[in-house]
Amino acid sequence: MRNIWIIASREYKLYFSSPVAYMIAFVLLLVLGIFFFLNLQVAAFQPGFVPGVEVFLAPLATMLVMITPAVTTRLLAEEKRLGTIELLLTAPVRDWELVIGKWLGGFLFLLTIVAITIIFPLMLNQLVEPGIDQGPVISGYIGIILLCAALVGIGVAISSLFSNPIAAFVTTLGVFVFLWWILDPITQVMGPAGSRIDLIRYLNFSDHFFANLFRGVIDLGDTIFYLSVTALSLFLGTVSVEMGRWR
Amino acid sequence: MIRVEGLTKDYGPHRAIDDLAFNAQEGEILGFLGPNGAGKTTTMRILCGYMPPTLGKAEVSGYDVVDQSLEVRRRVGYMPETLPLYPDMTVFDYLKYMADLRHLKNVEDRVDGVIEKMNLEMRASSYISSLSKGLRQRVGLAQALIHDPEVLILDEPTIGLDPAQIIEVRDLIRELGQEHTVLLSTHILSEAQQVCNRVIIINNGKIVAVDTPERLQARLTGARRVTIQVGGDSDGLEEVLNNIPGIAHISTNLDGNIEFETLPGQEPRPEVAKTIVSAGYDLLEMRPVGISLENVFLQLTRDEPSHPESPEDEPIEDEKEVESEGY
Repeated sequence: MRNIWIIASREYKLYFSSPVAYMIAFVLLLVLGIFFFLNLQVAAFQPGFVPGVEVFLAPLATMLVMITPAVTTRLLAEEKRLGTIELLLTAPVRDWELVIGKWLGGFLFLLTIVAITIIFPLMLNQLVEPGIDQGPVISGYIGIILLCAALVGIGVAISSLFSNPIAAFVTTLGVFVFLWWILDPITQVMGPAGSRIDLIRYLNFSDHFFANLFRGVIDLGDTIFYLSVTALSLFLGTVSVEMGRWR
Repeated sequence: MIRVEGLTKDYGPHRAIDDLAFNAQEGEILGFLGPNGAGKTTTMRILCGYMPPTLGKAEVSGYDVVDQSLEVRRRVGYMPETLPLYPDMTVFDYLKYMADLRHLKNVEDRVDGVIEKMNLEMRASSYISSLSKGLRQRVGLAQALIHDPEVLILDEPTIGLDPAQIIEVRDLIRELGQEHTVLLSTHILSEAQQVCNRVIIINNGKIVAVDTPERLQARLTGARRVTIQVGGDSDGLEEVLNNIPGIAHISTNLDGNIEFETLPGQEPRPEVAKTIVSAGYDLLEMRPVGISLENVFLQLTRDEPSHPESPEDEPIEDEKEVESEGY
């Protein structure tokens, strides 16, 4: 446990010593701010439209899918590129401690950025009469946290396969785009019947977020889905690091 | 401290090391000598728990490198050849991270101590990316020493350093050898000769010879080499020397500079001097040259029977490289 924390805290600190972290936070908050402002404008001119948490939660989830590869790509691929992985693999640290430590560092960093977005519901609460519905805020943020955990997990696992951070970045982004956007049209094209389609539908990342958590319902199935994706990714990441020893 | 038996490692069809067996005692500086690609790094990586061997056993401080890998890693300080440093960390932070991972007590004192030992005080708060190669080497060594390990494994510790730094690092290794068991690899033979108590010569993944540098040298030097220098032209001198009994392998290095070997148990030097003078040459110098470890190495690796399983004949090329670098 201690090793996990040592590795995680180094990763976490390292994000802030590079401009990447600030750029990621800047872009995320800028995009969210623009969406937020536009929605308020629309609300000002359309009397029937009352903006809720969805006006920033939906773009937040989408933005996380796009920026997480930039956060995770470095975690193990950079160690392999620099050769420092040799240092970690000859230190008295278990392979799973290394992988979970890397995951935790990236996860905590994303959570830090997500924490800043709390200003949007707070502002909205002031602007909307008589205040916004609290339920979707809580369930929505739980959903975002679960989503972050799973995305960072997949990112770490993919990062462990590469010794080139850019290759890891592109692959991670491709996988995320597939899970988030492409699976949905596939299920629609293939129609409703069959067990294969059920599996594909089950893997749909956006569905697990938008179906319930986004609407204020904390669904156990969705929670388990994101947690098991995280666990499976970390397991595969560990296997991949261990396999690296044999080469 | 280190015990290796039947150690073998395959990378796919390529056998990197083949049935190695050796020991290292406490307080010994053991040199691992061989051309590039001989299997030195592979052996070291196995010994510090980085990768498991295909076959065989290796023990460090009584712990098995496969079954008790974490115990081994706690007791070994390892400096890989590639110098794995994080360029975006400061020297202090980097060493502190390494110390934290080893769960040391009084981490800051430990780090300060090792920084002082390596003469890095001035650069403790510099980013590693701004350090010169020599300083990075010292940071790498500091990292290996931070937990005061029982066994130090140093892969090519002097590679890429300038001559002054090489001497510095060698002195440091000799000093460390008094308290730690040191296993170091090198392809520079004079380095092994200067630093190590014992040398293992490895070629093509196999041990060719194990002995002290002195004895290895003596093993192939029943004969002594002598070099002579005469003033002006030395034309015809080889033929003159040829007639003297007790000498062999006469060769002219440069005009006026001739080398020969004396046969074991004979002392032809007075006769050589007289002959040269009476033949009308001006004898300027006559001195013995020891057969260096280079020659021993080349001889040993050349005598090796060729390996049918490794068709690519890399050692010959490597030997040339060793020859030119060593002299």
